[in-house]
Amino acid sequence: MKRRNTVALFAAVCAGLSMLAACGSSGSGGTTGSSGGTAAAQNAALTSIVNPSTHKGGTLNLALTNTGDSTDPGNTYYAFNWDFSRLYARPLLTYKAVPGNAGLTLVPDLATGLGKVSDNGLTYTYTIHSGLKFENGEPITTQDVKYAIERSTSYAPDVLPNGPTYFKQYLADPSYPGAYKDKTANKMGLTSIDTPNDTTIVFHLSQPFAEFDYLATLPQTAPVPPDKDTGANYQTHPISSGPYMFSSFNPNTGFSLVKNPNWSASTDNFTKQNVDKINVTYNVEAADIDSRLLNGSLDIDLDGTGVQTAARAKILNSKSLLKLSDDPVTGFLTYAALNTQVAPLNNVDCRKAIEYAVDHVTQQTAEGGPIAGGDIATTMLTPNDTGYVKSDIYNFLGKPHGDQAKAKEELQKCGKPNGFSVNMSVRGDRPKEVATGQGIQEALSQVGIKVQIDQFQSGQYYTNFAGSPAYVHSHDLGIIAGGWGADWPSGFGFLSQVVDGRTIKPAGNTNLQETNDPQINAMLDAAAKNPDANARNSIYTQIDQKIMSQAEILPEVYAKALLYRNPKVTNVFVTKAYGMYDYTQMGLSS
Amino acid sequence: MIAFIIRRLFSAVLMLIVVSMATFAVFFLVPRLAGQTTDQLAAQYVGRNPNPAQIHAMEVKLGLDQPVYVQYGHFLKGIVAGADYDSGPDISHCPAPCFGFSFKNQQPVWPQMLDALPVTGSLAIGAAVLWLVAGIGIGVLSALRRGSFFDRAAMTGALAGVSLPIFFTALLSLAIFRDTIPLFPDAGNYIPFAENPAKWAEALVLPWVTLAFLYAALYARLTRAGMLETMGEDFIRTARAKGLPERKVVVKHGLRATLTPIVTIFGLDLGLLIGGAVLTETAFSLPGLGRFAITAISDQDLPEILGVTMLAGFFVVFANLIVDILYAVIDPRVRY
Amino acid sequence: MSGNTVGQDSTDGFVDIRPPLTGTDEFVDTEPKASGAFLELRDLRVHFPTDDGLVKSADGLSFALERGKTLGIVGESGSGKSVTSLAVMGLHRTTRANITGEIWLDGEELVKASDDRVRSLRGKKMAMIFQDPLSAMHPYYTIGAQIIEAYRIHNKVSKAAARRHAIEMLDRVGIPQPSSRVDDYPHQFSGGMRQRAMIAMALSCDPELLIADEPTTALDVTVQAQILDLIRDLQQEFNSAVIIITHDLGVVAELADDIMVMYAGRTAEYGPAADIFHSPQHPYTWGLLGSMPRLDRERSDRLLPIKGTPPSLINVPSGCAFHPRCGYAELTGGRSFDEVPELREVDGTHRVACHLTAEQRLRLWDTEIKPNL
Repeated sequence: MKRRNTVALFAAVCAGLSMLAACGSSGSGGTTGSSGGTAAAQNAALTSIVNPSTHKGGTLNLALTNTGDSTDPGNTYYAFNWDFSRLYARPLLTYKAVPGNAGLTLVPDLATGLGKVSDNGLTYTYTIHSGLKFENGEPITTQDVKYAIERSTSYAPDVLPNGPTYFKQYLADPSYPGAYKDKTANKMGLTSIDTPNDTTIVFHLSQPFAEFDYLATLPQTAPVPPDKDTGANYQTHPISSGPYMFSSFNPNTGFSLVKNPNWSASTDNFTKQNVDKINVTYNVEAADIDSRLLNGSLDIDLDGTGVQTAARAKILNSKSLLKLSDDPVTGFLTYAALNTQVAPLNNVDCRKAIEYAVDHVTQQTAEGGPIAGGDIATTMLTPNDTGYVKSDIYNFLGKPHGDQAKAKEELQKCGKPNGFSVNMSVRGDRPKEVATGQGIQEALSQVGIKVQIDQFQSGQYYTNFAGSPAYVHSHDLGIIAGGWGADWPSGFGFLSQVVDGRTIKPAGNTNLQETNDPQINAMLDAAAKNPDANARNSIYTQIDQKIMSQAEILPEVYAKALLYRNPKVTNVFVTKAYGMYDYTQMGLSS
Repeated sequence: MIAFIIRRLFSAVLMLIVVSMATFAVFFLVPRLAGQTTDQLAAQYVGRNPNPAQIHAMEVKLGLDQPVYVQYGHFLKGIVAGADYDSGPDISHCPAPCFGFSFKNQQPVWPQMLDALPVTGSLAIGAAVLWLVAGIGIGVLSALRRGSFFDRAAMTGALAGVSLPIFFTALLSLAIFRDTIPLFPDAGNYIPFAENPAKWAEALVLPWVTLAFLYAALYARLTRAGMLETMGEDFIRTARAKGLPERKVVVKHGLRATLTPIVTIFGLDLGLLIGGAVLTETAFSLPGLGRFAITAISDQDLPEILGVTMLAGFFVVFANLIVDILYAVIDPRVRY
Repeated sequence: MSGNTVGQDSTDGFVDIRPPLTGTDEFVDTEPKASGAFLELRDLRVHFPTDDGLVKSADGLSFALERGKTLGIVGESGSGKSVTSLAVMGLHRTTRANITGEIWLDGEELVKASDDRVRSLRGKKMAMIFQDPLSAMHPYYTIGAQIIEAYRIHNKVSKAAARRHAIEMLDRVGIPQPSSRVDDYPHQFSGGMRQRAMIAMALSCDPELLIADEPTTALDVTVQAQILDLIRDLQQEFNSAVIIITHDLGVVAELADDIMVMYAGRTAEYGPAADIFHSPQHPYTWGLLGSMPRLDRERSDRLLPIKGTPPSLINVPSGCAFHPRCGYAELTGGRSFDEVPELREVDGTHRVACHLTAEQRLRLWDTEIKPNL
């Protein structure tokens, strides 16, 4: 899930201004505090619902530094969109609207319950609420859900190129040409989905997949009426199945949602219709979003990636502002992949030397420190993923500045007592990543390992360079800076794309360290088949520990984001599923 | 004169074609020459962790698999004759002038630019009025009171105006007049004039002042220098010798002559600004052409980059033409 | 501006609309009275304070001029000719110039008069023709517009009436097809035509005093004669007093009744034109005459230029300002080097400021100067 780039220039200027106490208002500027809610405290929204209220009315103002990828539920891969689009495009399932670990629990949204899996694990059946209506009053049926999947990125990547393609991967009939090339009557040609009646939908899988329910949370399962589908233009007005519908849209300035008169709380146990209107403004300068948040004219930063440097300093230095902030773990891991094919890192002991030699505090500082950067990571899975178990086999936390003695020992073992030379790739347009590279370079030089840093453009990083094994091998890129967040908050959602040896691709490769361990591959397959969630989670834990013991990645931080909530916003909490505020329950105090 | 205008229009079109070719070369040809394959290019316009089929579909869709000259041909044809785009269930037609469809949001580029144009236009023209009045007024007074306290203060202010980067003054003005003293709580929150003129003005006052501060400083210095030179001209002495009151000498004779070079510079400045006041729009998050250009570049959205470059180029070329024609109107000695 | 290096527009490029510093503190007031003459200057001093020191552009000038008469002021660049005429016009009032002395015009003292009073006289009672009409006329307004403007400042008439008057004036100064040329711009006129238009503009309000500052310098010789004729004709028609400023004695030879030769801001010699030409007294005047080309001279003869260059007005030589260039300074027994010569009467109104005795001057003129002219 992509994150916005910090526009360092503006942040820096604003940081300078903040010394003049001029960047954004201080204290209570423009806001009147919470009325009727619980007294807020720092990080209150991580463990409780802040300002619980059933008050109706008001306009919620949200903003983005960019435009996101798409408002079309079938065409989005941005985390905030998966969170936010539930307001107008209801998926079959979603995540329980509570803070903390309980928020990782799957609950029905459009459906009436979780999927019923067949004994062979190859079919999943869902029933949706009856009496559901689109915003235009037309009934919502399971054919609309099927059509939504037929038109999604899995099958129509030329029209909707941005979303994930898991359905194509897991459903039978992968050669289906997509809804727009479907010649069958009513365009219901995808044979792997049956709709025996208007409220039942059956998915036929090509292989057992125990975590299919997670796929049912994707916005791609939100119903789309075939006769109203305008393809690439659907983003301008997705036909709402939720409590809000589009009243305006501009691809560069944003959009507004108003109440959907055909939505009924009686057929929606999940999303709330509290405010009258929601405005989303696109392309607002990052530092300006922060200023507007602090002066009260904005309610929430929709992106959920946290405030910039200047506002951070302001918040951390003000008791009253601090109470209105939360610092959640986002579910994103920054790490350096240690490529197992590039000499001498093809030797596990040489990789271990790196694990020991790195100064983790330096790396954390490079990422932005303990508040904006994150907690020092010691595992591959993040605390937001099922299967995460705390573990620290290289004693990062005990020796946060590294353990040079151990590192030298490992160098002895790998036959390079005087160190070695290796290249490292970073994205040059990401200052934090460059800083982590320099941190590694500096720390490793202490034990004789010379690191040469190569910088690349982020646009082509995965397609041409770091994600191209041929390039990596020919340029001896032993250390590859990267980051990863799960598409769904389970060990499988995190690991399947980054440690499965069978996913190594000649271009766009995300298994940067090129882990190709038959045992791990088999464990992933076993997990995919295992209907027992606890058993699956323990497999993920084992894979994580195996990767760490093989020293194939150097974890840096579990990323955190300093979020600010306007005190007049009600029902605020951080959902662990998306690592940001849950947008489905929000309201405004009177 | 007519022949001159026709000749200039012809060369303007030629200029724009050159601009389009250069832009096309930079963004379409150079990456290929640098060794990128077409699927690598296409991979920039799909979602995370795409499969090769997905990338290939996009490559074909965007025409990236075709030779660059064919793509350029399509681009030109779109401008002249319009273009079609497969939007899924049906074919979207984009009438001429069609600058293609965004690689990012798949919307036609031209209407998006037309959307952004009034924002930049409002910003540029409002600021222009301010800076002309302030800059020329201050420049004239400074020249007439040369060496006075007013002159020194104005010229110090002008030096600050020219030296301070716009994003600094922009952020400072926001911090003070929106966030600390909320005089303009909706600064930067653009509302079309037709919808609500008061809100339109509220959103734009700070951007106007910020942008005008820079230019007013420039124009004050220009006017002052020009005025000092003009007021020493023989024809000013003649005007005084006629017994003309001093105010008329200054305005009718002095300012008139001083303004000619300023009109030239003003035309070019305005043309450039309407092509996109990048820094001001960015700092105030105004959805104008400058912001559009920045977004297009950061998204590597080639049709948008091409479109906005062409449009900005058009305004600059057009402004040049207007200035040349105006020059003949203002200065009777100029003939074409 | 070849005539002056010091003037309102060239002192230091200064333009200032503050009330002028008329230097009343230096002015010793002894009950000034109107004299009988139409124009009379009494001890006029125009001083410009500059960063480098005080520039005494005009330093104690006195002369009188009657209606219908012409005064020629002659001197090199920087001698103070133009400064003097601009002072009469009150055109130093926008500069930092210190002006003392008296200027009497038709019974009215102008140095101490208000800005507004002087402005109302400018263009109406006194008018000026400038040297280079191309730069002296506004390039962006038509000839007609500029004449109309001049006329309407002092005459409350409609634009149409003013236009008719402008056409009439252009006709009077000899512009062919004036009703169409009235809408031409200055650059569309030839040099001579421009000067005629300039004269038409200056004369549009029938001024009683006309000052022509190098009116022919920028013109062809044939056109020069026409312009001078025109000025003379118009003078006769209006019975105006005329001051012609020139560096060229030839220009004033035919026109002027009186001639004032200026050097470094002071009068070197003053008198009736006939006296100046036939019995010049000042070595500087001799020099001017010697550097004048004449048709009756042999072609092989060289002109006799004055050696050296005009003095800087900031560091005016001590004594007689001309002494460094004067071939006869040694004959004065040193007085030339440290004593400023007074203007003394030769005979009648003919005066000269020179330390040479009358005998010395007569002998030199007869034996050394005249034969070589």
